[in-house]
Amino acid sequence: MLRWRQWQERIGRHLLQGITLGCVLLAGLMILGLLLKSWPLLQEQNLWSMLVSRDWRPHRGEFGYFPFLAGTLWVTGGAMLLAVPLALLTATYLSEYASHRVCTLFKPLIDLLAGIPSVVYGVWGVLTIVPLVKNEVAPWFGRFTSGYCILSASLVLAVMTLPVIIHVSLEVMQAVPRELRESALSLGATRWQTVKKVVLRKALPGLLAANVLGFARAFGETMAVIMVAGNVARVPGSIFDPAYPLPALIANNYGEMMSVPRYDAALMLAALLLLGVVLGFSVLSRLVLQRLQRRWR
Amino acid sequence: MRWSWRKVEETFFRCLMMAAVVLVMLILLWILLTILVRGVPALDWEMVSRTPRGGFYLGKSGGILNAILGSLFLTLGATLAAFVAGLPVALYLTCFRGDSSRTAAFIRTVLDVLWGIPSIVYGAFGFVLMIWLGLRASLLGGMLAVALLILPIMIRGMDEVIRLVPRELYDSAYALGATKMETAFRVVIRQAAPGILSTVLIALGRGMGDAASVLFTAGYTDALPSSLLEPVATLPLAIFFQLGTPFPEVQERAYASALLLTILILVISGVARWLIRRYARQVVR
Amino acid sequence: MTGEHVIHARDLNVYYGQLHVLKDITVAIPRSKITAIIGPSGCGKSTLLRSFNRLLETMDNVRLAGSVRLGPQDVYAPGVDVTLIRKKMGLLAQRPFPLPMSIYENVAFGPRLHGIRNRRALDRLVEDNLQLTGLWSEVRDRLHTPAVELSIGQQQRLCLARGLAVEPEVILADEPTSALDPQSSRRIEECFRHLKDRYSIVMVTHILRQARRLADYILFLYMGELVEHGPAEQMFNAPRRELTREYVQGVIS
Repeated sequence: MLRWRQWQERIGRHLLQGITLGCVLLAGLMILGLLLKSWPLLQEQNLWSMLVSRDWRPHRGEFGYFPFLAGTLWVTGGAMLLAVPLALLTATYLSEYASHRVCTLFKPLIDLLAGIPSVVYGVWGVLTIVPLVKNEVAPWFGRFTSGYCILSASLVLAVMTLPVIIHVSLEVMQAVPRELRESALSLGATRWQTVKKVVLRKALPGLLAANVLGFARAFGETMAVIMVAGNVARVPGSIFDPAYPLPALIANNYGEMMSVPRYDAALMLAALLLLGVVLGFSVLSRLVLQRLQRRWR
Repeated sequence: MRWSWRKVEETFFRCLMMAAVVLVMLILLWILLTILVRGVPALDWEMVSRTPRGGFYLGKSGGILNAILGSLFLTLGATLAAFVAGLPVALYLTCFRGDSSRTAAFIRTVLDVLWGIPSIVYGAFGFVLMIWLGLRASLLGGMLAVALLILPIMIRGMDEVIRLVPRELYDSAYALGATKMETAFRVVIRQAAPGILSTVLIALGRGMGDAASVLFTAGYTDALPSSLLEPVATLPLAIFFQLGTPFPEVQERAYASALLLTILILVISGVARWLIRRYARQVVR
Repeated sequence: MTGEHVIHARDLNVYYGQLHVLKDITVAIPRSKITAIIGPSGCGKSTLLRSFNRLLETMDNVRLAGSVRLGPQDVYAPGVDVTLIRKKMGLLAQRPFPLPMSIYENVAFGPRLHGIRNRRALDRLVEDNLQLTGLWSEVRDRLHTPAVELSIGQQQRLCLARGLAVEPEVILADEPTSALDPQSSRRIEECFRHLKDRYSIVMVTHILRQARRLADYILFLYMGELVEHGPAEQMFNAPRRELTREYVQGVIS
């Protein structure tokens, strides 16, 4: 009986440890797997020249990623430009101005928005945003577009990232101690001055993290973007041009990738690039956060 | 002079913020309305009880039963797999490693990073794994990719609720002579059960709604799922493929799928939220 | 088991990281008596209690040197099964922490761990130990309801019964009444009084009057040092050290 319990403890401990190790190794395995699959291409061609080349002709073995990188940046950048101010204003209002009841009413709605699957955002984009951009927005600027363009993709992505940023920002701001606000208010500051000078300052590292999270979500988003971005492999010149972001490239071409030589390696390299950027970003933001937090205390 | 400027600033930002909140809510309403307006007319009993008919992939009649069942099988399988793999990790982090353990902190960071990796990358990785294992696009392949996708969500979610279990509860069990394993599996799990369940539901919802990870790995078919090694349709894939066709009859099925998927996920997340609220009440004794 | 003392601590030192929280504690705890550990807050009372049943080592960053013996057994000897050591010393915490299960299962939890499976034997154990803490008559018809539904005083007595069910030699109580109302506190104290014939009780308390009411033997800790220990009468009426006199008279606290 006794022995058995001791054995159970020892074996169980090692088992748990092993499973944990396995999960951590998963991250490494992911990089390794994608690297191995894209290795043939990396051996034949220079990575840097592929990154800056504009020519994407898989049948001729030319894999230039620049249009896709540019498309990703345009779309993501546009989305962040739209989403960040709106999200921060909303979070500030809910945290600092709204009554407790309003806040508890709105929070689940925000989370609801976050829970909607990305394909559904895509459907919404196709049904509403695309015609809106085509028939209303573009003519307003005197431009013609099919509606499947960077602006549409940015709008849909912005709406998708909103709830992520709002949710985290709200949590960060609500964690600012009450006493800090009270001491500012009792010095005669107005509500907005308190928010601006005390709450936002105190919450800055957390707010930064919230936005990085939103960025990562927008950057890697596939389905919603693929449905509205237009998917033309050309470097875009304006927000009314179609774009072909990296995730869409991977998703759109998996069907034929086995029939063209090196095509599969090129798509896996695209996935690796995506992974690399997201990893780099989250490591960088963690370092910045640590520094900020140390200086803030 | 100074006073009035302060007042103007206050009012200005207050209005701006209120406008932002209203705008966000309007967008939410807009999305839901769009899905409802298009989905409700398309969603009837025939839609949910039949597979697509009248032609290969582009058949103009029939319903989305293939995608409904496919989604259910795939998500349930993936969630189960992720739960079985994730629970031990979550328990290990808190019950076997102290709260200030560096190793645990490192593992949590890795998991957070994994959480942030786009699902299309999981799809690509799942595809690589599938080739190594000699599988083709199938229910099993899809399960694998989705399980990997939701594993970090599962572990970190369960980890957070397990960390809420008070220190003294461990002491009580240890003082009765329980080993760490016994404490973890008989006491901690029970105490955290509602939170664990709601985490599982959140992960389930995430897995069910994701399309990018199953794009390469699950394949797509008009038939009902019959075996682990056969291709399978899921609701998000059905939406994506069918909306892309030029035929209004096929697009109808996409709208119906979108409505159904949204309802399913909202119900799941609603239940999860309710469980968390109950759980919070139980912990604060 | 015989012998005048149940627990012997020798040269016990405990560090939390750099912080030296217990300094050279050497003391023997008398058998079948109520021993109270008193002292101002933060002086290491709970730490001393937790070093007896090796609960300290479940925390991070704790280092312990010295020895503790329970009867003839060296608690910290290598190769000792720590679960058996803990089983011999029941713990009663500041606040009641019932396990997330029914009243019955709470009491049966310990015996089940240690291999008692027989339903009838478990029933007996549950009834006997609930009787010992005076809870049986209050809960006999709702044994299978969740333990968290009991009042907080009842919960604490349930925790006591749960600890008694594994047949310990010692009961370690860490300010067991500090979260309770006066009425519930009194019931716990009554329990202690009639349990002390069968068990040795060590309790931490910061309430001097409680120590006066209950304790047979007193340990006075101050800033991690054992200032003085002795029979309660002597400690309260004729302490040898000035610091002890000041503390028991309430000059310092």
